[in-house]
Amino acid sequence: MSMRSQPMVRVEKCEHKEALFTPEVRAEIDAWVAKYPERWQQSACMPALTIVQDMNGGHLTRELMDQVADYLDMPPISVYEVATFYSMYEHRPVGRHKICLCTNVSCMINGSDGILEHLSNRLGIGFGQVTSDGKFSLKEVECLAACGGAPMMQIGHNYYENLTPELVDQILDGLE
Amino acid sequence: MTEDQTFTIEVDGQQLEARPGQMLIEVTDAAGINVPRFCYHKHLSVAANCRMCLVEVEKAPKPLPACATPVMNGMKVFTRSPLAREAQKGTMEFLLINHPLDCPICDQGGECELQDVAMGYGGDISRFTERKRVVRDEDIGSLIATDMTRCIHCTRCVRFGGEIAGLRELGATGRGEHLRIGLYIEHAVASELSGNVIDLCPVGALTAKPSAYQARSWELSEYDGVAPHDGLGSNLHLHVRRNRLMRVVPRENEDVNQTWISDRDRFSYQGLYSDDRLQRPMLRENGKLREADWQEALMAAARALKDASGARIGALISPSATLEEHYLATRLLRALGSNNIDHRLRQGDFRGDAADPALPWLGQRIADFSNNQATLLVGSWLRKDQPMLNHRVRQSQIDGALVMAINPVAYDFNYELDVDIVCIPSAMTKELAGVAAALGVDTLGIEAVPDPAHHGIADSLKSAAQGTVLLGNAATMHPDFSLLRALASGIAAAAGVTLGFVGSGSNDCGAWMAGAVPHRDTGGKAIAPPGLDAAAMLEQPLDLYLTFGVEPEMDVAEPARMAAALGAAQLLAIGSHTSPWLLEHADILLPAAAYAETSGTFVNIEGNAQSFRGVAAPPGETRPGWKILRVLGNLVGLDGFDYAESTEVRDEVLAACADLAPDNRIGDLQDRKPKSAPGEWERVGGVPIYAVDALSRRAHALQLTPDAWGGELRLNTAAAAALDLGEAAAVRVAQGEGSAEFEVRIDDAVPDGCIWLPTAVPGSEALGAAFGPVAVEKA
Ligand code: SF4
Ligand code: FES
Ligand code: FES
Repeated sequence: MSMRSQPMVRVEKCEHKEALFTPEVRAEIDAWVAKYPERWQQSACMPALTIVQDMNGGHLTRELMDQVADYLDMPPISVYEVATFYSMYEHRPVGRHKICLCTNVSCMINGSDGILEHLSNRLGIGFGQVTSDGKFSLKEVECLAACGGAPMMQIGHNYYENLTPELVDQILDGLE
Repeated sequence: MTEDQTFTIEVDGQQLEARPGQMLIEVTDAAGINVPRFCYHKHLSVAANCRMCLVEVEKAPKPLPACATPVMNGMKVFTRSPLAREAQKGTMEFLLINHPLDCPICDQGGECELQDVAMGYGGDISRFTERKRVVRDEDIGSLIATDMTRCIHCTRCVRFGGEIAGLRELGATGRGEHLRIGLYIEHAVASELSGNVIDLCPVGALTAKPSAYQARSWELSEYDGVAPHDGLGSNLHLHVRRNRLMRVVPRENEDVNQTWISDRDRFSYQGLYSDDRLQRPMLRENGKLREADWQEALMAAARALKDASGARIGALISPSATLEEHYLATRLLRALGSNNIDHRLRQGDFRGDAADPALPWLGQRIADFSNNQATLLVGSWLRKDQPMLNHRVRQSQIDGALVMAINPVAYDFNYELDVDIVCIPSAMTKELAGVAAALGVDTLGIEAVPDPAHHGIADSLKSAAQGTVLLGNAATMHPDFSLLRALASGIAAAAGVTLGFVGSGSNDCGAWMAGAVPHRDTGGKAIAPPGLDAAAMLEQPLDLYLTFGVEPEMDVAEPARMAAALGAAQLLAIGSHTSPWLLEHADILLPAAAYAETSGTFVNIEGNAQSFRGVAAPPGETRPGWKILRVLGNLVGLDGFDYAESTEVRDEVLAACADLAPDNRIGDLQDRKPKSAPGEWERVGGVPIYAVDALSRRAHALQLTPDAWGGELRLNTAAAAALDLGEAAAVRVAQGEGSAEFEVRIDDAVPDGCIWLPTAVPGSEALGAAFGPVAVEKA
């Protein structure tokens, strides 16, 4: 035997793909599928999960993962594997702003503990929790490759570096 | 450099031949050099994730995994150098960090790869003093016990699912410390090959549930065995403790089952220990059965046989009886003056007997199925009927072959069929005739206009350098089997592929060789005029029936009528189990040893005779079947019935068959009129995977799997609507004289106008043949 050279397709294909998601979401996923060779639509699994997660307000559900599996002709377990491996996929509701605070070595040395304390005091939540108004959630992440600006956090698509409590307040105040 | 050129590499100072493309571990394995490993398996893809197989390779900066390092000309490898040893020991230490120390209560203890390798590469004491991780267990069904805290994440079970079982169910979710192997969403796994992950798992994370905590591996003695449920004759290791069969695992045979076996072959042994084993001979006296001793029972049986006039005796022998049993039964019957003997108990049509080949078989070697370029399945749920053969077909498809089917149900396969014609049973001849017409061969007078699907099948078969038209179990049970067979034969010949039969039991070839058919004697010699076949024995009731290993209400084509015929006559039943029906109707019951309890031979469907010994003790006063038949022969005064060993019987049959070669040439068909006609409702039968014989029907763990058939009947959404039936509603089916009630399952795999209701399932006893018109109504 050799390395795997076949896509991991499933035998029973979903026949009603047009009933999955919205036309916009399908078009977005299709754009990704088109980038890969034929029969390798599973390669679009990660972007598809991201698109679907965004559509759902920031987190995935089992039903959504199953639909991604249906849409890409993948066995559901293969989708669960991807969705549980990468830390950017959420399996529980998150706040409108997901604050990802790095606590890995560089950030820790440069005071991420203090930033965490400040965030917790201000928002009244710890890691893995959502504020009662649903505006913020806090998540502990590993190195985001911005050690040069440690301590750092990510909110949405933006990195915020060289954090201090004051800077954090400023950033949070500026968010809707 | 091509694949067959070889070069030399050096391993631990030894010069070894290697072929380009091989991985290092294949070469060291072939040379008997032990490299420790967990994730590598020769029939699975390379994952290289356990890192246990690290070895030193000259000029490589780091140790390399032998399972994922391709050989190169002149490579110098050290499997036991200080660097290699250090790497191996380091990996071992990491693997043991999270592994629990529960070997004393682990079923894998004593046969655990982790234990073995830890003996060689592990440290004496652990430097790890932190907490070990714990993983919650999932219930994955009745066959496999899980203890996932023991898992070392080799992913063999995961790869097996995708690559061999064709059903990706287990997976590795989470990451790092939180990585776990499981289903993510708990459910019972639904693969007919699932038990193989038990053997694959190098630790005690996946173990056999039916034998959990019943024996330690070092208490078991291992014997060779042959699987008794399908024509493949998968090779087994039987694990026995104090004369009791505790466990069954595969015995490697590349030509038959490779390193796998089906769940049916693995767990059916449970049926040996069911409560309804026949333990003592029984005789009916004044209408009531009573226990008798062997002497008395055998005398009574011999008297019954002698008193009946020869031609008024009929014998129905299980296709899974041994070659020896078939032969002795055949000789006994013929000596008594009867040719009424048959093993084709479920065959739906005997009009083709005169055209029968002398020894129908698979048409090809089992291993050759992997290399076919086109396969046409006719009336076959190969996946459930012959799981290991289906594995070969699946393998061929992965390598680019086309697999096509003409079936009465859209059976669930673990690969996608390239052409999938699903039609009502009575239209199967027409569909097949369409393919024949597309190839320009005789359609037996059936009007057929080939459509694109037929042309597609025809072209694929024609362009295949090697291929097969395989007639499955549903085809054999079909009322127009002789027509299907003649059409298939014409198609195969015109397309230049082979014609194949799969057999209905474990010893169909053996039965033909022994002469357990009404029209051919031992060695395939034709008999004229022939005796009565299994169906004719029902049409023309006889005075005395001898059944061997048969439950007449389950194992025959027309249960209700057969049971009535047998019930009305005198019945001498030899078998391993009782049933309420047998207790009510049999006049003489003789307990015969079941598989694993008797010596004998199965000739598998590729014509290969595989003998085995009896290794487990049969219960009570049970005797091996061949000995019972021998003594009956003695008592009715036959000559040459003095065999001391079953091997003498075998040698005699095999010698008589020296000139008999497997052969699938079909003669001309006289009666070409299709018997099956469309009715308002047509029954689609078949036998479910765990209902094929007395043993599997009684294997409790198998009956708890999703593949077991309960008291249900399946029909599609439209049919349910037409009958005003919902899921789980009660429905009444009438066929012939009988009728029975079932529970509705809506299943769109069933074609319109059909009910899918197999034989050999609860409720089917009261009904007739697997295929044919039935009346269906809401109950
Ligand atoms: S359960 Fe067993 S076979 Fe599966 S990954 Fe874990 S150790 Fe390997
Ligand atoms: S450690 Fe925080 S970004 Fe690298
Ligand atoms: S056996 Fe080579 S890495 Fe696992």
